[in-house]
Amino acid sequence: MTAAGASTSAGAAAPPEVREFVTPEGVDLRLRIGGAGERAAAFILDAVFLLIAVIVLTLLASFSAGALASLGALGLKNNLSSVMMIVWLLGFFVLRNGYFVLFEFTPRAATPGKRILGLRVAARDGGRLTAEAVFARNAMREIEVFLPLTFLLASGVGATDPIGGWLVLLGLLWTGGFALFPLFNRDRLRVGDTVAGTWVVKSPRERLSIDLLDAQQAAAGQFAFTADQAGAYGIKELYVLEDVLRRKDAKTMAAVADRIRGKIGWRKEAAEADDAFLAAYYGALRGRLETRLLFGHRRRDKFDAA
Amino acid sequence: MKELQLKSRRFRAEREGDWRRLEGLLARVERGSAKSLTDEELLALPVLYRQALSSLSVARATSLDHSLIDYLESLSTRAYFFVYGARAGLRQRLAQFFEHTWPAAVKGLWRETLASFAITAVAAIVGFLLVWNDPGWFGGLVPGGLGAGRDPTATTRFLRDTLYHSEGKASLAVLASYLFSHNAQIAIFAFALGFAFCIPTAFLLAENGLTLGAFFALFASRGLAFQLGGWLFIHGVTELFAIILGGAAGFRIGWRVAFPGEKTRLDAAAEAGRAAAPVIAGVVLMLIVAGLLEGFARQLITNDYARYAIAISTLVIWLGYFYTPRRERRPS
Repeated sequence: MTAAGASTSAGAAAPPEVREFVTPEGVDLRLRIGGAGERAAAFILDAVFLLIAVIVLTLLASFSAGALASLGALGLKNNLSSVMMIVWLLGFFVLRNGYFVLFEFTPRAATPGKRILGLRVAARDGGRLTAEAVFARNAMREIEVFLPLTFLLASGVGATDPIGGWLVLLGLLWTGGFALFPLFNRDRLRVGDTVAGTWVVKSPRERLSIDLLDAQQAAAGQFAFTADQAGAYGIKELYVLEDVLRRKDAKTMAAVADRIRGKIGWRKEAAEADDAFLAAYYGALRGRLETRLLFGHRRRDKFDAA
Repeated sequence: MKELQLKSRRFRAEREGDWRRLEGLLARVERGSAKSLTDEELLALPVLYRQALSSLSVARATSLDHSLIDYLESLSTRAYFFVYGARAGLRQRLAQFFEHTWPAAVKGLWRETLASFAITAVAAIVGFLLVWNDPGWFGGLVPGGLGAGRDPTATTRFLRDTLYHSEGKASLAVLASYLFSHNAQIAIFAFALGFAFCIPTAFLLAENGLTLGAFFALFASRGLAFQLGGWLFIHGVTELFAIILGGAAGFRIGWRVAFPGEKTRLDAAAEAGRAAAPVIAGVVLMLIVAGLLEGFARQLITNDYARYAIAISTLVIWLGYFYTPRRERRPS
């Protein structure tokens, strides 16, 4: 905890969506919570998937009832259509209540919509995501989604009945509060999240890219920076340089290389390539900063005197 | 190897193999189930997870390779969710639910259950007295669709028929599944509404009770109270119990959100939600039973005494299942 806290305060200021999340082993995983926009997008995707599933279910039930009945006698027809009716009723119930619960209970803890947006559900206290929590957070959709929807659909009443219209408006305001609940708290918790003790976090799948030092190795011989030159920048600038090198955009690299040459007073040779220069300087800067880091100096940026 | 080689680079070269191995295992686990792993791999996973965590700590302290730290954070997070995730088998979890979780949760809500029973009972008595003294109240208490012709203007003969009328056999199952999904949705709704400080849940329960009382008054005024009791309670014991429990679960949440006590409001809400959720899951199961009783048993059994016998035995079964003291489970 203390180590994590120290490094957070020493490094660049943490982005606002980062939350401390300490595992039982004592390491802070620095989870990032899902933003309101992503959450809404994931929900809309899920709603579309659900709608498609309901339409398919309805079509299947009605078609198969019709097709089977046309084969058999008339007495069979009644039986079959009632079987399809049951399939539809129960299927609809399972879809409406089970879709979110079942998907969030898989190892990925995410519905297809959340999966597409790189989100997952997690227990806020760092413990296991229990079945009760998943069930509770999704049962609450009843007042977050379906209740406002009912009032919205009832808004036609207002045209004919002024008192009823006002009541519907009041209801809409009241239930709108539940639906928009995530906008009014820092962790973007839904009503369901508060009741279940969960939150929704980003779970990106980062790939391990090559170490930029590998690329620099070949060219290292050509460039020899002095200690002053290698120490002109801090960690913040190193990260920017890393980004530039990974993107490999020739124009940006040329501009950045010129800025660095200007700053450290490096004379450009005729045959010197910008990317080789930047890679070599990255290696030198990182080497210098990491060595200082081992001695306990974390130089935040170029204005940091340490 | 150059003498000046960076420590962070050597560190990465040494550990990278383990990270890749962990990444491969996680990808397989996330795609399918944990079953696809061999015993050896399953044992290796927690070890690799701790290694990744320690790598992350080391990298944060000594490496300035930003993409490496991002990678390790994402890898450790994924591994964390697997290692600390729930992985008990479905059958085991179901057994645990019926054996312990559900009855314990219901028992834990006994105060709220009493409150929600009291609201239903008082509302039923009020509904009964209102309609008994002035049948004009009936229309106000019972929503139009629910009465289905059963109102004070109906003949006694018609009312008696509704109690013993049996529909076509094929449609019984439809009726059962319709009743189940409708009632279960209401129970989940009662639970969710609890969040608004209990009041809407209380309204829902009171409305249910008033309707019940009004029906009783109507049938009692024609001397059919006993028969209505059989018709209603054969499934109603299970159904009313389920709705009362749904209300109780809602009350727990609303009460803890309104009066969190020593805890923060957020913690209190989460605690109440976890205590109440198994009750609601169970309520859905109870309503399946109620739907079957209502759809089949009530339509097929028309003897009043047989109906009462079923009603009483369901009551005994539910009460016994929920409230019999059982041995405390050791926390595992």
